[in-house]
Amino acid sequence: MIGADLAVLIPEIVLSIYAMAGLMLAVYTTKDGMAPALTYATAAVFGIMALFIAATANGPAQSFGGMIVVDDFARFAKVVILLSAAAVLIVGQESMQKSGLGRFEYPMIVTLAVAGMMIMVSAGDLIVLYMGLELQSLALYVIAALRRDSVRSTEAGLKYFVLGALSSGLLLYGASLVYGFAGTTLFAGIIDASEGGMSLGMVFGLVFMAAGLAFKVSAAPFHMWTPDVYEGAPTPVTALFATAPKMAAMGLFARVVHDAFGMAIADWQQIVAALAVFSMFVGAIAAIGQTDIKRLMAYSSIGHMGFALMGLAAGTDQGVAAMLIYMSIYVTMNIGVFAFIMSMEKDGYAVTDISALNGYASAQSGQALALLVLMFSLAGVPPMLGFFAKYAVLVAAVDAGLIWLAVAGVIASVIGAFYYLRIVYFIYFGEPREGLAGRMTVIQWGGLMASAVIMIAGIVNLFGIDHLAANAAQALVR
Amino acid sequence: MTIGLEHYLTVAAALFVIGIFGIFLNRKNVIVILMSVELILLSVNINLVAFSAYLGDLTGQVFTMFVLTVAAAEAAIGLAILVCFFRNRGTIAVEDVSNMKG
Repeated sequence: MIGADLAVLIPEIVLSIYAMAGLMLAVYTTKDGMAPALTYATAAVFGIMALFIAATANGPAQSFGGMIVVDDFARFAKVVILLSAAAVLIVGQESMQKSGLGRFEYPMIVTLAVAGMMIMVSAGDLIVLYMGLELQSLALYVIAALRRDSVRSTEAGLKYFVLGALSSGLLLYGASLVYGFAGTTLFAGIIDASEGGMSLGMVFGLVFMAAGLAFKVSAAPFHMWTPDVYEGAPTPVTALFATAPKMAAMGLFARVVHDAFGMAIADWQQIVAALAVFSMFVGAIAAIGQTDIKRLMAYSSIGHMGFALMGLAAGTDQGVAAMLIYMSIYVTMNIGVFAFIMSMEKDGYAVTDISALNGYASAQSGQALALLVLMFSLAGVPPMLGFFAKYAVLVAAVDAGLIWLAVAGVIASVIGAFYYLRIVYFIYFGEPREGLAGRMTVIQWGGLMASAVIMIAGIVNLFGIDHLAANAAQALVR
Repeated sequence: MTIGLEHYLTVAAALFVIGIFGIFLNRKNVIVILMSVELILLSVNINLVAFSAYLGDLTGQVFTMFVLTVAAAEAAIGLAILVCFFRNRGTIAVEDVSNMKG
């Protein structure tokens, strides 16, 4: 029944073939002249695949004997991944072109990375997990070093590569122990083997795998690569790092702890809760002294991953649903903020220094207002959508009896609000110096405004994603 | 003395630890880091093959084939990035990979 098995994987297969065909097409025609067209075509393909996945959502499906699992959880994560990657490609296109990075390889490598992410969230087997993770990671190492004549970009690529390879090694060592002590690589078999208590070998394997996954979601204390990679990589690439791969890694984390180790919640709950607390505080405190906005967004993403992990630490379907809501709102906010960061330039040069924002409101009041909404939303100030994201994970943690974790989350959120509000202070009350040019292209402006409007309009009913997230979580947690 | 599963696991664990320390204690050369990464992956392979033989289950050996293949791809990409870095910076000493800090 190879046909039925492959039918489950149609989106991944389409993306892989598209990536190969696109590379061939560009090589045999005008090469980098194809870059803008290929970027928009890639975004369109992502959009079509997201629609296809949403339209064909009817119950859980498996293929290759359970190695690939496509349930509502996988579909939710895939749609978020595809839409955010498409949005980042569209918003970043002009910025790439302008900074001389309009290369046709970029959208194709992103396509391969997205195919890897989609395999990650559908993994039902340790081998598939590893292959998906590596397809994503190898593609991302390359695009981190995309500006290959710049020391900073290649250094970012090198650091990402070394620490990413180390984390893959940790994850793999854990996977080998789990395989040895469970006797199978299938998640369904691992959960059977762990019924009634795990052996010591499996606990070791679980810890190693959790450490490897924490690297990928950039949770503290495994976060040290994040600020350097975010700062060094070209801004549109940083925007990609902050969105789709984070969703994929969180989806994979949730799948491993629930699908493979769902019988041993007490064993991993403390690990995930500790990661969450570390991340929230590192993200909140280390960001205070930053002067580079890309570095600041890196620490912000570490903190936000801590909140998403808090939902996961609850160990309930409510917690997974809260995590999914959190991630989709976080990704939307980041697209808007990075659309703005891409437009930051002075005298034709890109600037990322926060002090360049001084007095921005007096020059561009509309964009400043949108940025204010996004910063308040990132800080979790009601009534922006970011508040509801934090509320969902806090409620999930309290309902699961992790009150200390929820209290720590609130404290970290208050500390973190300081640096978001500092940006708002610069924009509105800073002394106007030789400020930013402040001109955004139509697409960047659209990205910023759409993201800000969603942060306000979404408070009516969250656009219904809470129901979808609840369904997705119930498909995962049994 | 017969060589049992635990001997293989001990060798693999030792290689794994050497690999990790090779990354963190090495202050000289990025190439050494790449070698340490390979060492970690090879320790995993020894683990998988040992478990596979012990359990009489082929999955572990299939997994090993995948790990070997990915390790080759990973080394290729790592060296490519390293060459780009060397062209810009003129050195591959670990202490010189430090333009960004904080």
